[in-house]
Amino acid sequence: MSKILEIEDLTVSFDGFKALNNLNFSLDAGELRVIIGPNGAGKTTFLDVITGKVQPTKGRVLFKGKNLKKIPEYKIARMGIGRKFQTPRVYLNLTVRENLDLVCNRNKNVFPTLFGHANNSEKRTVGGLLETIGLDSKANLQANLLSHGEKQRLEIGMLVAQSPDLLLVDEPAAGLTDEETENVGALLLSLAQSHSIVAIEHDMEFVRQIATDKVTVLHQGALLCEGKMDQVQNDPRVIEVYLGETPE
Amino acid sequence: MNNETGIAIKKKQQRNKLIETGTIIALVIIFAVILPAVIPAFRLRLIGRFLSLAIVALGIDLIWGYTGLLSLGHGIFFALGGYALAMHLNLQLPEGQLPEFFTLYGVEELPWVWQPFYSFPLTILALIIIPGIVAGLIGYLVFRNRIKGVYFSILTQAALLVFFNFFNGQQEIINGTNGLKTDTERIFGVLVSSPGVQRAFYIVTVISLILIYLLCRWLTSGRFGRLLKAIRDDETRVRFSGYDPTGYKVLVFAISGAIAGIAGALYTVQTGIITPSIMQVAFSIEMVIWVAVGGRGTLIGAIIGTMLVRLAQTFLSESFPEIWLFFQGALFLIVVTVLPDGIVGWWTSYGWHKSRSLLGLQPKLATYPSLVEDPELQQERETIAKK
Amino acid sequence: MSTLIEGLFNGISIGSVLLIAALGLAIVFGLMGVINLAHGELMMLGAYATFVVQNVFKPLGEPWFSFYIIAAIPVAFIVSAIFGLILERGAIRFLYGRPLETLLATWGVSLILQQFVRSVNWLLIICLGIFCLLFFGGMQLLKSRADWESMRTKIVSLLLPLAAGVAIAFYFLLSQNSALTNAWFSARNVDVTAPAWLRGGVEVLGFQMPYARLFIIALTILCLMGVYWFLQRSAWGLRIRSVTQNRTMSSCLGIPTAKVDALTFALGSGLAGIAGCAVSLLGSVGPNTGQNYIIDTFMVVVVGGVGNLLGAVIAALGIGILNYLIGSGTLALFLTTISAPQSMIDFFLFFATSSMAKVMVFALIIIFLQIKPAGLFPQKGRTAEL
Repeated sequence: MSKILEIEDLTVSFDGFKALNNLNFSLDAGELRVIIGPNGAGKTTFLDVITGKVQPTKGRVLFKGKNLKKIPEYKIARMGIGRKFQTPRVYLNLTVRENLDLVCNRNKNVFPTLFGHANNSEKRTVGGLLETIGLDSKANLQANLLSHGEKQRLEIGMLVAQSPDLLLVDEPAAGLTDEETENVGALLLSLAQSHSIVAIEHDMEFVRQIATDKVTVLHQGALLCEGKMDQVQNDPRVIEVYLGETPE
Repeated sequence: MNNETGIAIKKKQQRNKLIETGTIIALVIIFAVILPAVIPAFRLRLIGRFLSLAIVALGIDLIWGYTGLLSLGHGIFFALGGYALAMHLNLQLPEGQLPEFFTLYGVEELPWVWQPFYSFPLTILALIIIPGIVAGLIGYLVFRNRIKGVYFSILTQAALLVFFNFFNGQQEIINGTNGLKTDTERIFGVLVSSPGVQRAFYIVTVISLILIYLLCRWLTSGRFGRLLKAIRDDETRVRFSGYDPTGYKVLVFAISGAIAGIAGALYTVQTGIITPSIMQVAFSIEMVIWVAVGGRGTLIGAIIGTMLVRLAQTFLSESFPEIWLFFQGALFLIVVTVLPDGIVGWWTSYGWHKSRSLLGLQPKLATYPSLVEDPELQQERETIAKK
Repeated sequence: MSTLIEGLFNGISIGSVLLIAALGLAIVFGLMGVINLAHGELMMLGAYATFVVQNVFKPLGEPWFSFYIIAAIPVAFIVSAIFGLILERGAIRFLYGRPLETLLATWGVSLILQQFVRSVNWLLIICLGIFCLLFFGGMQLLKSRADWESMRTKIVSLLLPLAAGVAIAFYFLLSQNSALTNAWFSARNVDVTAPAWLRGGVEVLGFQMPYARLFIIALTILCLMGVYWFLQRSAWGLRIRSVTQNRTMSSCLGIPTAKVDALTFALGSGLAGIAGCAVSLLGSVGPNTGQNYIIDTFMVVVVGGVGNLLGAVIAALGIGILNYLIGSGTLALFLTTISAPQSMIDFFLFFATSSMAKVMVFALIIIFLQIKPAGLFPQKGRTAEL
């Protein structure tokens, strides 16, 4: 199986503080990987580096074998990496449909956007997506009228509209009710059939639901362990960082 | 059901479009046909100036109201447009002669920057293109480094000061502090200050205002306009969606600069002179307050705001010159704290319902919009009603 | 050699004026994220306060008059700080988190302050007093009512025109009395005469160092040390820094954030007052004095990087020295002595006036920002940008 994402010896430091420390990581194409770790483990910085928001101090990030160093965020996004933020970030003053349409746009250069119109295939994609995320009936509502869970789903929909090969999802279940969490989980699982996904999550219940493949544990900017969910759960080191010193 | 709401929305849009076209045509008739016939020439000139200022306000609304970039340096582009036209008018001389002021500084040969302005079409092109390019260049240098928000505002203000200094200091090229007169010059062989020419300029101003309004409408309505709003609301997200905001911001800033250039040219010929004082810091910030008073993010608000504030200024500074600055200062404070959406914003969100209820009409929305507009709830309501 | 030292000294002295003016701004902008376009006007108030103190000391005769400037510094600080406090409580506190709106509001305040010093007279003060008494007094009285919250807008919309109407009526009633309507300062510039011991200068290596300039440099250093000590060593300084770092957390820990905001703003404004006092030694003072400094001081803050005193110091000195070297033609002169190519000399001669030097310096700032967009000392980390 080919690797879609490879990270070699990655270090990111802010004024001497190492947010990531000699991290090695790789992801197979088509895999759904869940990353867990206590606060300050460097999970969000990890996504920042992949999407080009933060430049690595040392080491490199390869996406489909291509080094992402010094490539601006928008180009990385066009190469096929989509990112969902921790808090839902949708365009609040646009309607749901307009939100999706904007991301769905095939040619994102200035003049094609200015003179172009949504063509039929794009319209169909948007229509289909509205159904997938279950916001069909609210397509013409402004996004600031949506509930938190609906915004989460809309943002995931916007990710998919971008038609990326790799989805990076940061805490998709944060602030959701149990039912909504399960909906989002099912949505992710169905997306996993056609995309590679890296999901960052705190909620263990949710992790158990979606972690069909491997789970990676980060701690203090470095890789702590990696494996199947039940393996990781019983690893003494993981228990230690989550629950503190184990009594001998 | 989805289809039906779609059709309803389309009908509503069509109706709104009809209303809008009607209003525009009515306003054109009032301003371009009736007003010139009714009011005295010097008042008409005043209104012509206001209308040209409304054009800049449209440009500012485009970048501030829609894209979230507060420029405090639009005086630069305004002045560039004004100077371009004034230079052309100053060159309407017999062969071989130089504009008078050059002799004061002992300049004997026309500076090269003046050469293109012999030609009228080139001048028209220049008064649009030059401000546009300057704006685009400033915008590019600032935006590509992701300098935004207040930093952008401060830098545009500094740029304004720089241009002000530059124009003041260059006596041998553009007559420094004294500026260029246009009233005593000729265009197509007729004196610029003569009533016929002034009326023609007035009508050109009205037409330009309409055309630029339509241009801004078009820019802000489609995908491009939605992207501008997206940049205003969350630029980082736009970047992660695969758009490069820099290009969009540069383009829209350049367009706004070009619009200011046109406005400056029209303002200059209806004022009679252009001097570097048009690039004073205060004037450029004033432009922003016109938009704020009218309501940013609504194009019509920019026009209304400009007219209202300028009218108030004319009235107050004619009768109580001391009060005007107090009033203007208070206007800044009040608009920002009490009326953040301006007059138009207040009207659409509050005043409309208020006046309806004062007339005894039923309010249209009685509860949270999310409940009333939620189609699922509407459907439920209907089924309950049927039972 | 001596031209170089002279250039350096003059540059440093311009830089120190910039720095003392920018210091308050750097605090307000860096710690609170507030763009205060009225900062220049607060400086102007400080300068006028100095003028008033000078006039008070004049009748006291010589030994006392020499030291009026020492008294003027705290007075200027307090006057500007009070105005700053009113500004913060009256307008800015409603606008936190909306920097562009704050910018516009403070511009409005600066317009009002400019016109205020032009037309201030006893009558205006009396009428302002009446208005405040009626409006705020009335509000205080009515605050005890049980239904205060629900009636608030109604009361305000009733009381405001009422109080304003009474005040304006008074104005017109008393406007015949010329003793009351004589403007205090009028629109003309006023002159502050430096005390005898600040006139003249000391000769070093063949050129004059004016005492007034040296005094300003010393004052700047003192202010800088004072601010550093206050922010880094005092209890309130710690609170101010903690609010800057994390407002919500600080408020949860029992730090009175509203008080901290007011204090920070008053401190920044007071420093503007001291700057105004310093500036009054350099030339005459008018209602527009503040406008001359505002853009340059903002450039200092932008180049220095937000929330960093060291950055502001380096930026102010750098901009000051460059401004002088280019503007005075020293650089062009220097290039001639080392027989640089003529085109280069002509280029710098073109910029060798004080206004053209600003053009050049701005171009340099823009180039600098291409390399370091966030200033000399940018903030790093996850919180830096969102």
